[in-house]
Amino acid sequence: MVALGATRRRATAPWWFTLPALLLFTFVVLVPSARGIYYAFTDWDGLDPDLAVVGLRNFTDLAGDADARQAIWHTLLIAVAITVIQNGIGLLLALGVNSLIKTRNFLRVLLFAPAVVTPIVTAYLWRNLLSPDGAVNSLLGAVGLGSWRQDWLGDPDLALWMVVLVVVWQFAGYSMVIFLAGLQSIPKEIYEAAAIDGTGAVRRFWSIVRPLLAPAITINLMLSIIGGIKLFDQVYALTGGGPGHATDTISTLIYKDAFTLGEFGYSVALAVVLTIIVAVVSAGQYTVLNRNERAAS
Amino acid sequence: MNRYTRRTFALEAVMIAVGAAFAFPVYVLVNLAIRPTSDTSSPIRPTGDPTFANFTGAWREAGLGGALINSVLVTAVSVVIVLAVSALAAYPLARSIARWSRGTFLLIMLGLILPFQLSSLPLYQTVRDLGLLGSVWSLVLFYAGLQVPFTTFLYVGFLRALPRDFEDAASIDGAGPLASFRYVVFPMLKPITVTALVLNAVAVWNDFFTPLLYLSGSNQQTLPVAVAGFVGQYVSDWNLIFAALLISIVPVLAVYLALQRSIINGFAGGLKG
Repeated sequence: MVALGATRRRATAPWWFTLPALLLFTFVVLVPSARGIYYAFTDWDGLDPDLAVVGLRNFTDLAGDADARQAIWHTLLIAVAITVIQNGIGLLLALGVNSLIKTRNFLRVLLFAPAVVTPIVTAYLWRNLLSPDGAVNSLLGAVGLGSWRQDWLGDPDLALWMVVLVVVWQFAGYSMVIFLAGLQSIPKEIYEAAAIDGTGAVRRFWSIVRPLLAPAITINLMLSIIGGIKLFDQVYALTGGGPGHATDTISTLIYKDAFTLGEFGYSVALAVVLTIIVAVVSAGQYTVLNRNERAAS
Repeated sequence: MNRYTRRTFALEAVMIAVGAAFAFPVYVLVNLAIRPTSDTSSPIRPTGDPTFANFTGAWREAGLGGALINSVLVTAVSVVIVLAVSALAAYPLARSIARWSRGTFLLIMLGLILPFQLSSLPLYQTVRDLGLLGSVWSLVLFYAGLQVPFTTFLYVGFLRALPRDFEDAASIDGAGPLASFRYVVFPMLKPITVTALVLNAVAVWNDFFTPLLYLSGSNQQTLPVAVAGFVGQYVSDWNLIFAALLISIVPVLAVYLALQRSIINGFAGGLKG
């Protein structure tokens, strides 16, 4: 029992444990991303190994390209719309199933179910539901709202909102589950004490629930806005970016420019723009929400 | 406050209506998948003479059997790899306070911001030059690397909150680093491993963009790509398409219903970090 502290061995975690992960990450993410950024300044066509550096030409082309500008706008609009609507509905659903209703467990499982299904599959399902003689129009006719019937995906003004609808339908349950975990971490005593003090339901929500829900709100906003910015599958399956370019996003343009037009340099320049948007949004959101979370706690 | 009141009943009615609205697309999906093509009545009318023919037709025409095997294979192998390498890497990254450790961690976290749209085109060229286009192994390689940042992030967060006494004890007992990781540390990571398993499996299984790039034009398909190809081919025969969609959903829903608790907790809990 002499000098136990001196002979005590600390377990060591050797640095080479990181090697397999680091190799895969470098090969799949790091090197290709760096190459992508470099190619954005070249006339890369995806095939020819002889590249010419063209400076900012791809980016000035982008700035002058109405389709690209429109796609960037659509991407931001979709991301914001999804974030607001999906989290609003998700929160209401969470409050609804975080109650004494008898069907709460059943409804949780039901409402979350779409979130595990393949997005491309749900999008094809909705493409049919929203077609002129699809189920949505049939339902409107059946409940006496026949005058509302229309070609939901064929109308350039509506199509973008249909993309939002499909994403919200699929992932509102995901937001719900995260909000629900936040709600259930709030001690019942706090809530009951406020109720006994005669605090109204709205006030209770705003002053007690909302601040304690801050971590769940942070996670939900992050997930939905980044997911919205990167959106590809749903647009590809629902509208293919159409009608015209009415629903093209940065991701669908990246795909089209590279694989149907062969303009790889231009396409990776768009990907760089996407990366910058994601980075700026992540950093901004992290700063703002972190401050709020700290202020709330 | 803890009683089932009239207001609770009203809430119950509203929530059931909302649930029904959410389930409506699935009703139409099943309703049309069992409907013979000759039946052209309204898609919301219950199908009078259900048939199984669409399912056998879709299964055969879309090559869903082969795609299903590929999807299972790609998901299983890439998730096992990504969990193993990420847990192993997270161990020194969470424990060491050396500068290289912090630098490596930040480098890997950079991957959380880089969208795959940026890396996928240059990587497409590499995969083509390696002659791996059209092979499901290119997908395994891709996911094994792509999912490293997120999975490592989960493991490091969990490990930092875990006391190191057990590893130290194992070390005193003479266990080497690898043995103490394998027999002491990794078993304690089980809760976060379940979360990472669920999130990675769903992400890999559902991915469409990557296999669309790497497998297009080949006879190797994953389920999402097979379904998309089938929709393009049979664009007017929605009864057949709906049968194909339903077949592709069933395995996912079956797993979801069987493991609903761990899956929902995985989505809700892991992200709390």
